[in-house]
Amino acid sequence: MPHIWCPGCGIGTTVNSFSRALLDSKVDLDTVAIVSGIGCSGRVAGYVRLDSFHTTHGRAIPFATGLKLANPKMNVVVYSGDGDLSAIGGNHLIHAARRNVDIKVICVNNLIYAMTGGQTAPTTPSDVITSTNPYGTFDPTFNLPHLMEAAGAVYVARWTTYHVRQITRAIQEVFAKPGFSFIEILSPCPTLYQRRNRMGDGLDTMKFYKEKSKVKNGCPTNEVGLSKSGEIVVGKFVDRQRGDYRDMLREQMQHALGDRFVDEVAANLAEDGGCSGGGCELEDACS
Amino acid sequence: MKADPKGVLTGVHFIDGDHACCEGALAAGARFAAGYPITPSTEVVERFANRIPTVGGTFIQMEDELAASICLQGAVWGGAKAFTVTSGPGYSLMMEHIGYAAMTETPCVFVNVQRGGPSTGLPTLPAQADMMQARWGSHGDYMTIAVCPNSPQECFDLTIKAFNFSERFRVPVMIMMDEVVGHMTEKVVIPEADQIDIFPRLHTTKPPSEYKPYAPNEEGVPEMAHAGEGYRFHVTGLTHDERGYPAMTPPVQDTLVRRLKSKIENNIDKISLYEADGLEGADVVVVSYGITSRVAQRAIDMARTMGLKVGKLRLITVWPFPEKLIADLATKIKAFVVPELNLGQIKYEVERCANGKAKTILVDHAGGSVHRPERIIEAIVEGAK
Repeated sequence: MPHIWCPGCGIGTTVNSFSRALLDSKVDLDTVAIVSGIGCSGRVAGYVRLDSFHTTHGRAIPFATGLKLANPKMNVVVYSGDGDLSAIGGNHLIHAARRNVDIKVICVNNLIYAMTGGQTAPTTPSDVITSTNPYGTFDPTFNLPHLMEAAGAVYVARWTTYHVRQITRAIQEVFAKPGFSFIEILSPCPTLYQRRNRMGDGLDTMKFYKEKSKVKNGCPTNEVGLSKSGEIVVGKFVDRQRGDYRDMLREQMQHALGDRFVDEVAANLAEDGGCSGGGCELEDACS
Repeated sequence: MKADPKGVLTGVHFIDGDHACCEGALAAGARFAAGYPITPSTEVVERFANRIPTVGGTFIQMEDELAASICLQGAVWGGAKAFTVTSGPGYSLMMEHIGYAAMTETPCVFVNVQRGGPSTGLPTLPAQADMMQARWGSHGDYMTIAVCPNSPQECFDLTIKAFNFSERFRVPVMIMMDEVVGHMTEKVVIPEADQIDIFPRLHTTKPPSEYKPYAPNEEGVPEMAHAGEGYRFHVTGLTHDERGYPAMTPPVQDTLVRRLKSKIENNIDKISLYEADGLEGADVVVVSYGITSRVAQRAIDMARTMGLKVGKLRLITVWPFPEKLIADLATKIKAFVVPELNLGQIKYEVERCANGKAKTILVDHAGGSVHRPERIIEAIVEGAK
């Protein structure tokens, strides 16, 4: 399939694992929607035969929030990059985790803004050459699993594109887990990150991932920060239960309003109708 | 079709414009709102948050206006009718997603209860200084529809019309209120649901194998599908072809962007709403909109008692601008008088369309209160000379 990604880029690998997970989990593909932001990973939405939404820069999560709340039968996946999700979209990322909206976030982290030419991202490690830090980065880096755990995500994992089976398994797990889940996937950018930092090509990055990765399931997330050439802690760090946004909303409304609460969404789910929220004027067309 | 009675609060009410706007949205079938608090607009979503749990639907308070303005679009593609509400600073933040709605042809409604600006400006006081922003605020070429209510009753009526326009033409529609209309309490009559016309969503009747998400109908508007119905469609803010997939070439751009404009421009006669009287034989026509039209009415009445031949043209839809109407009038009168709560915005549209055939006199106001009628009368007298 022709695509826009560079030779050695890891995004295609993540899509393979994602596709495998969808097929293996036997989820009804008509109920899967994928929402992307902007950037290299943002283009994933255009390569999958699913209901797919390529939104604006950083705003995939609030779009996904609206989609999920209006149409709860959908399995909503946000598939985007580290810059999109954690910089321009950082506010949305933490608030969606806080609310525990039932969306599954796949964050392809190539440590840089790649689509726009290799600028520094909040995830870029220190002492790395980028186009906007030509003398080396120095500002501190986001540890995304730590951020996500603190904000309230119920599932947090990190893998690299070397770990294709583990990615598949993680995606299967989040499809079975309601609430806000976050999977970070480290992925090479040979064109703009590795080359500028003399770290070789895509294959060299695979060797690097293999050599440096250490599986530590359940590792405290404050210990999983990344550096330019240090250990890469991978694994499932958080897997916990709490009510998701829709559950909490329903519970509160039933508490406050009793029988007066109209749980239109639940009614629609029970009917398995295509329309939701009671706002659709097209019962005829959808039934 | 007619309104769903679940959302229609039939009866005679004494409520302000913000509350009436919310009732209009509910009557129109809106079952999803995403908002972020901002004076003087918040009462619209406060009422929605109060009402929607017993009607059936969702309100979510988002972390900012960027989030609110895209969250509602996710809900629309999920099958809901949705809207958001804001004022100047929040409206500025929403511009990105007004563009996204225009490009992806997402039917939705943005309410802007205008206050004085720029920046934080006058949070609790009126202005009409976002009128050009409503037309040109997001980058790129597109057209929207903007309505300007001048009373709580119209806040109700025009909110329904705004939703209907948004569904029919698949555009973001702007309800350009102002602080005075938003906070003014008057009688609002809400009819029975079967008296309220609703334009249904342009949902495709084609099977997925034949469905092209961006193939236009005879009005230039494509049919829609919702997530989860098996259509497996793609939506992108990138330039896209009729299949909905990115196709970033000059010919595709040309076809798409011209259609986004022409679907409004070519249907202006179906969209344009205005109120006129005394245009025949007038020397001067006062062109006004929103709250200013109520001051203008007083000025027109007073000028007529002075023996002046004054016509009234109140624009109910300001965008698309009624170019032909103004151009025709310009050949018959001496001058247009344009009062507005800004330092000149719609005045330039009137002047452009008059094209030198009649004078255009601006009665400006920096915002914070409404005009004194005397200032409008002075302009009428000057125009009649």
